[in-house]
Order: sequence, then structure tokens, then C-alpha cells
Amino acid sequence: MNVYLHRILHKVFLIEKLMQINTFKTFLLSLFLTISFFGYAVEIKEGNIDKTEDEKPFNVKDLIFHHITDSHSFHVYGNTEDHFPKALTISLPVLLWTENGLVTFMSSEFHHDVEGKTIVERKGLKFINLHEKIYQLNDGVSVVEFDKQTHPTNAARPADFSITKNVFSMFLSMILLLFIFITAARSYKKSSSNMPSGIGKFMEPIIVFIRDEVAIPNIGEKKYEKYMPFLLTIFFFIWINNVMGLIPFFPFSSNLSGNISFTFTLATITFIITLFSSRKYYWKHILWMPGLPVPMKLFLMPIEIIGMFVKPIALMIRLFANITAGHVIILSLISLIFILNTIWVAPLSVLFSLFISVIEVLVVAIQAYIFTMLSALYFGQALEEEH
Amino acid sequence: MDNPLVSPELGLIFWTTLSFAILLFILKKFAWKPILGAITEREEGIKDALASAEKAKLEMENLTADNERILKEARAEREALLKEAREIKNKMISDAKDEAQIQAGKMIEQAKTAIESEKKAAMAELKNQVAELSVDIAEKVVRAELSNKDRQLKLVEDILEEATLN
Repeated sequence: MNVYLHRILHKVFLIEKLMQINTFKTFLLSLFLTISFFGYAVEIKEGNIDKTEDEKPFNVKDLIFHHITDSHSFHVYGNTEDHFPKALTISLPVLLWTENGLVTFMSSEFHHDVEGKTIVERKGLKFINLHEKIYQLNDGVSVVEFDKQTHPTNAARPADFSITKNVFSMFLSMILLLFIFITAARSYKKSSSNMPSGIGKFMEPIIVFIRDEVAIPNIGEKKYEKYMPFLLTIFFFIWINNVMGLIPFFPFSSNLSGNISFTFTLATITFIITLFSSRKYYWKHILWMPGLPVPMKLFLMPIEIIGMFVKPIALMIRLFANITAGHVIILSLISLIFILNTIWVAPLSVLFSLFISVIEVLVVAIQAYIFTMLSALYFGQALEEEH
Repeated sequence: MDNPLVSPELGLIFWTTLSFAILLFILKKFAWKPILGAITEREEGIKDALASAEKAKLEMENLTADNERILKEARAEREALLKEAREIKNKMISDAKDEAQIQAGKMIEQAKTAIESEKKAAMAELKNQVAELSVDIAEKVVRAELSNKDRQLKLVEDILEEATLN
């Protein structure tokens, strides 16, 4: 009973902590969104005064979306126009599964076009890049047409397995993780008394922390060992990708852990493991809550069934929202300079974004920890025996 | 699902699943198992070392306690021996004293008895001598008295008078 109470308190504490950070973030976000709208208005007014064809109003939403969504090429620096320095963009492979089999080409074939104007022809099929989504034009069509909501009407999406910016980033994180931990494991083998050295010395306290503070209290002394590889892998996988997202230059800076596909996959894996670990009591608890009168049991059953799915969904949204929010805030702060169109706001922008970055360093570690801890908690609940 | 932020992409889901599976497999085999094994082994080693140190300490304590006990016992024994010796000495002295006293008493008693009996014998002798002497004197006195008739009469008269007075 005591352990239960402790768990709940711990959870409440974490949620409160999280809420604090989130509330703060929301406040800042709303503040800057307000400013950005204000800026928009100014921009449009100015645009009306001296109208030049080249100067488009600065669109903060497009800029931020461009940075936090996935793309088929990795933009390193510069812009695509011919200004100095010349833009550098790493092109990445596009892999599509179509009715004619696998189609592969480099993303540079699109020549940085994301409006669907450049058509790439492979295996008799025509492909366009529409806002970093590959569409396949229908037979006999040579120009993409849109409906009122700017949806293409004569093109469909093939199964897209491209190595996008996020996938590239993920592979990089894998290489880093493998390097770090295999080196660490080797440092144990080298020493005669099982003492780590170098990077292993740095990683051991974290590994021991996951074991003693996450796995054992939530899963239990007897069964935790089976789950340790999963918990450690997911913790370090999320953490390293979070940290890589914070580093603002190539080959990092992609928003992988703030991508819903990524968090969806990890949450689904946690959910599947929870289901496979589940004992009789877990299902009894959900379908026929023990120790309650029958009407109450009937009332709780649908709630518990929904709760079963809400848990992984919450995992997915929590990580996605926190990391994306962090990126959005930093980008908004930097965009402030361009929205207000003055260099004088730069010191403030930089100061604020530095401040948020420092908080983000903490947040990304906490988010990785929370994902791991809640996964362990769900495994523990699934494994619980009748008492 | 127009917002690209909240629409999952099949490709990324596929690559994430694959990457995570590969990562989990390789790290489990080449990193987590050796690292966790080494940590556990080391922790066990430390635990064992601590336990044996504790045991050694306990043994040491026992040994010291034993030594202390033996020393105490020896001291007590010596004390007891000394005490006994002293007692024996005292007893011997007092015994000797008693014996001497008894002996002396006996001798005095014997001497007393001998003196008493000598005294008695002497007294008896003296009494006999006195009696003989008295008889001799009485004979001589009676003879002298009875040689004169008047004196005889007088004596009778005196005796009669005494008898009347009675």
C-alpha cells in the first residue's frame, strides 16, 4: 500500500513539475505569438507604403514549420537564392514504394522546389515535392492542380520510405549511441576489477540511476532485469535525440523527438510490451474492478478500457509537445528580430533564447526520464499480481 | 489532418521501428549485458568484502573478549590461591595457639589437682596430730583434776547446775 502511495505522490510531483515548465512555456509562446501578430500588422502596413516586388512579408509560421517538420534534404546554411554565401543543402535519398516497385532518386532532383513545379520522372511515374511531401501525379497529368484548401486534386502519395532529415538524424544518433555504449562496455572488460574508465565512468551513474530509481521501484526487485535493456535503450535513445535537436547546426538540429511519428512508434512499443507483460490481475483490474459494487464495476469498465489506450497516447503527446514547444519558442525568439525588423531587439532575443536553451537542456533530460519512468510504471502495473 | 505536425508519416514510423529494434538488439548484447553484469558483479564483490570484514571484526572482538576472560580468570585464580594460603597460615597460627592454650590449661589443672590432693593429705595429717595431741592433753588435765575430792564434787555441782538451768 505504501509503495502505491509513494508512486502516486511521485507521479503527482512530476506532473506538477512538468506543468510548471509547460505553463511557463505556454505563457512565453502566447506572448511571442501576440508579438508576432503585431509584427505582421506592422509588416503589412510597411509593405503598403513602399511596395517592392522582391520583399515578401516575413512569415514566421512558415519559417518555424520549415524548421520543426521533416524534410527530404538537410539545409546546412544560406538561402536558396544566389546571395553570398551560397546556400549549402545536403540532398538525401528518396525511397518510394509504388505500383511499379521501388523508386529511388536523390532529393536534389527537385532543385529545392517544394511547390510541386519540378517533376521528377522515374519508371514512367511522375513525382513532385509538395511542402516536403512527395506526391505521384496521376496518369497523363503534367501539372498539379489544387482545390480550395490547397490539396492536390490529381496526385496521390506513394508509400514514402525516404531517408529524410529526421531519419538521417536518427541513424546518426544510433551510431553515436552504439559508439558510446560499446566503448563504455569495453572499458569494463579492460579493467580487472570491473571498474569503468572514460565514457563508461560518466554513463555508469545514469545506468545505475535507471536501474535503482526507475526499474526497481516501478517493476519490482524480481522482474526488473528483463526490462532493463528496453528502459536503458529508450531512455538514451530519446535523450540523445532530444539533445541533438537542441544543437542548432548540421548534422544536428532536426526535430526528431518532437515528431509525432517518432513518439508514436516509441509509445506503441511501450504499449505492446505492456500488453505482452500483462498478467490476469491487470485485465481483472480493467474489466471487473475488484472490491467494488457491481454498478461501479460496470461504470469503471469503459473508463479503464479508455485509460489503457490513453496512457500510451499521453506518452506520445507529452514528448512530442514538449520538444516541439521548445523548438518553437527558440525559433520564435530569434524570429522576433525579423518580425520587428530591427537589430535592436537582437540582444534581448539572444538572451531569452539562451535562457530557454538552458531550460531546454533540463527539459530534454526530464522528458527522456519521464518517458522511461512511465513506461516502467506501466510494465509494473501490467505485472502486478493479486494481493 | 492538415497539420503536418500531428500527422504521423509511414516512412518515419518504419525507420524508427527498425532503428529502435536494431539498437535494442545490439545494445542489449554488446552494451547493457556486459555493463549491468559488471556493475552487479562489482556490487556483489563489495557486499562480500564488507560482509567478510564485518565477520573478521566480529572474530577479532571475540578473540579479544576471550583473552580478557582468560586473563581475568587467571587473576581470580591467583587471588584465590593467595587468599587460601593466607587462610591456611592464619588457621595454623590460631590452631597452634589453641593447642598451646589447651595444653597449658591442662597442665595448670593437673598442678591444681596435685596441690589440692597434697593439701588434703596435709590437712588430714594435721587433724590426726591435733586429735592425738588433744587426747593427750585431755588425759593429762583429767588426771590432774580428778586427784582432788573437792574439785570432783565441784565439777559435779557445776554440771548439775548447768543441767537445771537448762
